[in-house]
Amino acid sequence: MREAEIKVRSTCPYCGVGCQIDMQIRENHITRVDAPFDVAPNYGRLCVKGRYGLDYTHHPSRLTYPLIRKDLGILPRKPVGLGGFRRASWEEALDLAAEKLAVIVQEHGGDALGAFCSAKATNEDNYLFQKFIRGVLRTNNIDHCARLCHAASVAGLQITLGSSAMSNSIAEMKDLEVLLVTGSNTSETHPVISTFLREAVVKNRARLIVIDPRRTEMSRFADFYLQLKPGTDVVMFQALAQVIVQDGLVDQEFLDARVEGLEEYLPTLEGYTPEYAEEICGVPAERIREAAHLYGEAGTAAIYWGMGISQSTHGTDNAISLANLALLTGNVGRPGTGVNPLRGQNNVQGCSDAGGLPNVFPGYQLVSDQEVREKFETHWGVSLNPQPGLTTMEMVDAAEQGIIQGYYVMGENPMMSEPDLHHARQVMANLGFVLYQDIFMNETGEYADVILPAVSFAEKAGTFTNSDRRVQLIRPAITPPGEARPDWVIIQELARRVEDKLGMIGSAGFAFEHPAEIWDEMAELTPPFQGISHGRLERESGVHWPCPSEDHPGTPYLFSESFPRGKGKLTPISYRSPAELPDEEYPLILSTGRVLYHWHGGTLTRRSKLDDIYPEALVEIHPRDAKGLGVSTGDRVSLRSRRGRIEVKALVSERSPIGTVFLPFHFAEAAANILTMDARDPHAKIPDYKVCAVVLEKL
Amino acid sequence: MEFDPPVSSQLQEFLDQYGIRGREMLLPALLEAQKIHDFIPREAAAYIGEVLKVPLADIYGVIEFYSMLSSQPRAERVIRICTTPSCASQGSGKLVAEVCQHLGVDIGEPTVDGRYVVEEVECLGLCDHAPGVLIGNDMVGEATLDRIFHPEEHPRSEIYADQRYLLARVGSVDPLNIKEFQDAGGFAGLKTALALKPEEVIQVVSDSGLTGRGGAGFPTGLKWQGCAEEERFPKYLVCNEDESEPGTFKDRALIEGDPFTIIEGMIIAAYAVGANKGYLYIRGEYTHSHEVISQALEIAAGNRFLGENIQDSGFDFEIELRSGAGAYICGEETALFESIEGKRGFPRVKPPFPTTHGLFNQPTAINNVETLANVALIFNIGAEKYRELGSEDSPGPRLFSLSGDVERPGIYEISKPLTLRELIYEKGGGVRDGKQLRAVLLGGAAGKFVAPDGLDFLLTNQGTREVGLGLGSAAVVVFDEGVDLRFVLHGLGHFFAHESCGKCYPCQLGTQRQAEILDRNLRGQSLPGDIDRLKDIIATMTDSSLCGLGQTAGSAVLSAIEICPEYFGIEEGARD
Amino acid sequence: MTEKKCLSLNINGIECQVPEGTTLLEAARYLDIDIPVICLHEATTAKGLCRQCVVEVEGRRTLAPSCITLAEEGMVVFTESERVVRVRRTILEMLHASSDISHSPALQAQMEKYTADPERFPGAKKRQYEILDDNPFYVRDYSQCILCWRCVQACGDDIQFTYALGLGGRGHDSRISTFYELPMPETTCVFCGNCVAVCPTEALQDKTEYLLEKGLQHHEIRARRRQERQGKRSKS
Repeated sequence: MREAEIKVRSTCPYCGVGCQIDMQIRENHITRVDAPFDVAPNYGRLCVKGRYGLDYTHHPSRLTYPLIRKDLGILPRKPVGLGGFRRASWEEALDLAAEKLAVIVQEHGGDALGAFCSAKATNEDNYLFQKFIRGVLRTNNIDHCARLCHAASVAGLQITLGSSAMSNSIAEMKDLEVLLVTGSNTSETHPVISTFLREAVVKNRARLIVIDPRRTEMSRFADFYLQLKPGTDVVMFQALAQVIVQDGLVDQEFLDARVEGLEEYLPTLEGYTPEYAEEICGVPAERIREAAHLYGEAGTAAIYWGMGISQSTHGTDNAISLANLALLTGNVGRPGTGVNPLRGQNNVQGCSDAGGLPNVFPGYQLVSDQEVREKFETHWGVSLNPQPGLTTMEMVDAAEQGIIQGYYVMGENPMMSEPDLHHARQVMANLGFVLYQDIFMNETGEYADVILPAVSFAEKAGTFTNSDRRVQLIRPAITPPGEARPDWVIIQELARRVEDKLGMIGSAGFAFEHPAEIWDEMAELTPPFQGISHGRLERESGVHWPCPSEDHPGTPYLFSESFPRGKGKLTPISYRSPAELPDEEYPLILSTGRVLYHWHGGTLTRRSKLDDIYPEALVEIHPRDAKGLGVSTGDRVSLRSRRGRIEVKALVSERSPIGTVFLPFHFAEAAANILTMDARDPHAKIPDYKVCAVVLEKL
Repeated sequence: MEFDPPVSSQLQEFLDQYGIRGREMLLPALLEAQKIHDFIPREAAAYIGEVLKVPLADIYGVIEFYSMLSSQPRAERVIRICTTPSCASQGSGKLVAEVCQHLGVDIGEPTVDGRYVVEEVECLGLCDHAPGVLIGNDMVGEATLDRIFHPEEHPRSEIYADQRYLLARVGSVDPLNIKEFQDAGGFAGLKTALALKPEEVIQVVSDSGLTGRGGAGFPTGLKWQGCAEEERFPKYLVCNEDESEPGTFKDRALIEGDPFTIIEGMIIAAYAVGANKGYLYIRGEYTHSHEVISQALEIAAGNRFLGENIQDSGFDFEIELRSGAGAYICGEETALFESIEGKRGFPRVKPPFPTTHGLFNQPTAINNVETLANVALIFNIGAEKYRELGSEDSPGPRLFSLSGDVERPGIYEISKPLTLRELIYEKGGGVRDGKQLRAVLLGGAAGKFVAPDGLDFLLTNQGTREVGLGLGSAAVVVFDEGVDLRFVLHGLGHFFAHESCGKCYPCQLGTQRQAEILDRNLRGQSLPGDIDRLKDIIATMTDSSLCGLGQTAGSAVLSAIEICPEYFGIEEGARD
Repeated sequence: MTEKKCLSLNINGIECQVPEGTTLLEAARYLDIDIPVICLHEATTAKGLCRQCVVEVEGRRTLAPSCITLAEEGMVVFTESERVVRVRRTILEMLHASSDISHSPALQAQMEKYTADPERFPGAKKRQYEILDDNPFYVRDYSQCILCWRCVQACGDDIQFTYALGLGGRGHDSRISTFYELPMPETTCVFCGNCVAVCPTEALQDKTEYLLEKGLQHHEIRARRRQERQGKRSKS
């Protein structure tokens, strides 16, 4: 029986760790997933999603042929299931989609379209997608879910350092001396990374500081667990900085050589004493002092954070204040030091790298930079729009105002992940045209006019770039179901048709035979990728960009010589309280997030055996709050905010702090974002998913 | 914690006081919980894990490892009946049946009223009072059905000596009267030692020629020197009172009869190696010893022999008493460390050795009770005089535990070398009831059988080595002609199978396979090739086991095959 | 960095030089000398349990487990001496008598190499346990467990730091266990499956493979899962 097995090496499609996996294939099914023990970044380690959660690829509800809405053209469109669509041929569906897009461009200009590329698709898919959007549709209205997760980290790190990627490699983690983990439930959101962090603590005697309102698994390993009140992060980080400055723990040599802005910065720390922080954050001043000393006195220290830092109306400030800590103490730019936003999606790094953002081409080359633009224009043989595009949520607003007429959504589910879902759904119902391309039907697909079936990661070739900028291959392991096609193939087909309909003379170039060729074109236009090719990845398994030439080894950690913006900039910030605080009517804080067994909108994991172990939404509530409300584990409760109401089961747990409930956002039947607010960070435009006010009632 | 903890206030109190020390308090906490509930309820175990920060699976593993701990409800009082050779040959098997019948239960099955449960256990150190029983915390010697339920005075060993050195005060002074102790020469050695420099103390011990009395016979001075030379602190001094070698009961007599001497020896040892903290690990079955030494430690501390600045010497030393919970293997020094650290008693891989990486991975000196009594003696009478005792290669007096079918079982302090025959026939009065000798088991379960015609060798390190034997713990168990050695071997087989920790394959599997073959040998159902199988098993255990337990688990059997081939009636089947 | 000292030793008559800190097993592997192992895995710490890798070191009383014995200057080592072979064969025979190792090709190969007789120990006590099928991801059949501890190490300090697995029992009757034998979903287990990955037999096996081997088709497995879920629902 075993003889019929084949083994295919690939990259896990879930989170940003980018684990290397070996899929055992039998009868076109993934029957087992192992990991090679001698290969970075995971060295044989996997989490439940990577090992057991790939069976979604075989789910009977995979989209297998193109679909067209039966009541096409009737507005407002209703969200419909598959029954609301009819089967179409590829020819018909592609022609229709091309026609619709072309008409919008011709009548309203390219900027009347909004495009969502995908942090789950490959670099090659995304490169081609943005090439199509920019080069053919002539708009920069392209964005992806990074906006909803790490945009604030990006913004904050751009301001302070000039680059937003994680500065340490995963390989360094187990050898750290001091690590600060904040706003990251690492054990559940980046399980494999958490094992390396724990290895550092348990085996290599690293000291761990955890700053988080939730008593996460990582806090059990911490030397200092600072359980601060939700939304008070800035005060905590400012107080740590204040102690570091006050007690002379700054790295003067580093400040002199590599940092600017100290004079303007220092006065802004005034007032942020540990005692003030104790008042605001609810953490004893002495503990704050001790933690500051631990971080400040460390030979090397690194900071890791997740959504708890960035999904906030002051997310940019959070990221800035963490970068400030690193700059003050010289804990950046050497092995074992750094600032590390832990990336969410498997290819959120790569999607951004490949130009899936409204203001930049691949490699973060500015759309507004004429020289850059000319390079792309020459290569693609088209003229390009110099105007940076709209972000995800700006596109929603623009659609509401009628500026945007159509959406092209590839492998994303904005209808689950946007804050204040009611609003987002209304907008979608009135769009002129919605083109949806994915492997499953989801809440966004229900609003589509045309659905194009794509293939899963296990059915195509390409590359993903993980959280520490390591570019790695995926390889086809099984044949796709029905007529599903790889995204890059679909994009090419569509692009050529649109070019045709727009009467463009000559093509921007959509005649690739293999994703390796797409990569080569991107690398040619993007200096940090120039040393990387599929061939090299076959040999070396993975390469960290920047890698400017074939003989360059890649760059596991960043900023050893300088920062992309030159000197690091200490940046003053100040504390603003969260946009919505509990009151008598809505007495609890709601924080949303993920659980180990599910992934984002649940599109994949709820179609996997992962759903068997965690089949429904559970709201976590502290025993004391539960006691007051007469709620026990398993009781059905309602959660209500100013924006909506859902029903879920309760899970009484000390992980939630008193006064805060936690709700995972994976469950469409109890969508957390019905409750959350559309309050945004002013810089990054990221919504606050971590603090809003709710009331919980037992049913 | 603001919620009602799921445990009794008594356990809560214990955890409030000791919880901060973490995992090393696991075994004490579990013993405490069991004292309260007669077993360890899951909720209590989970709470202990939370407070001590021990993974729950590990806690269960620890409970399961130690035979005195139970995760299932048991009974108020456990009746533990020894079934190891000395007691088995004195009819403990019959006693088990009687007690079970009396209570109307099977072994391991609690009585309906939940008051009693009967267990067969390994040696309780009551070999000279066989059969021995431990009911609740009470030891019963010469146990009968009636005596078990009406325990009389705690059984004490008879002492025999031409001249008493180590046992000078045992039985003659009140063990808990520190003044009587001092009047009888106690703490004089300590005074002498503390006046010397630590390296001089080690020199004296080296000069005395003292070798360890726990079984391995390693030179004590050398061991101390290794530990003293380490520059990592803290260091620890551990007293090994996990006396569990079947047939051995001399350490119990020392601890119960003269506890201050052991404390004295520990202080001197600690001073020599530079340890400020000592642990005295006492096997769980020795409840009375525990009580005595616990009081003695308090009295010693009250009189400034323990604590800060002992007797104004500038030397600080404290001793923590630790109880085992039923595991022979914890007599192995590294397993004992693991046990103190709150883990299953698995022996560690050596090297590194305890002197550099011992308790809590710190430099540690670990000595047996009798060894420490010798230390006190050396500083009392001087190394020179000490060397005159014993023999050239094993100086000093030595305690022999004599039991079995012998006229005068008890503890024999031997300071002038004699042969095994002399010990049994001249000192011990010969085989009981004038019967013929079948065999002698020298050195306990880990030792070897000696044939009646092979008794004429000196009981010294050298003398035993010459005839391919070892003194081990100096246990001497006598079997008369009426004893079926197959029965004894079957008992030993089960002893090792029960006490193997299960860590390394040769011992984990070998002790089981050996017991199976010895079982069918007893039943007269041996298979062709069984002797060959035994030889392969024993060679494998001896040659490749991780620790001394496995390496010696077959030695008694092998010696029996040699001296009594008739017991293995079937011809050796040839392997092809 | 100080340069590591080089040591000379002799393995099976071949002189070699290895850096200080090299184990005998590693040294032998440099020389392409094959030493069998059971409990060792590249992802877990060597602990010297199985003793299958023992070698004879001249002058030592007992055989040395090569996975944890460091090379020393002047050592003379024999990896297949009579003593060594006897031990390896007997361990395999004793192990075979206790555990079902039929699903471990590696162990079967060792049995063959050392001419171990699978029937050497008739009437031996088998370690037999019910198959534990208590979660959606893997099944546990401890009748196939050989107590190599790799799963415990993977769950604990060598990979996952989750500590859901430990050892219960003692001696021959030791077994891998959870806290009070609780089903996996009630423990700290996070179902990473790293334990399954390091298991040398099929004591731990992915459930999909287990069901496929029982002859179920993929769609039947899916149907069975649905059933199990509904069963769980109606219970709660």
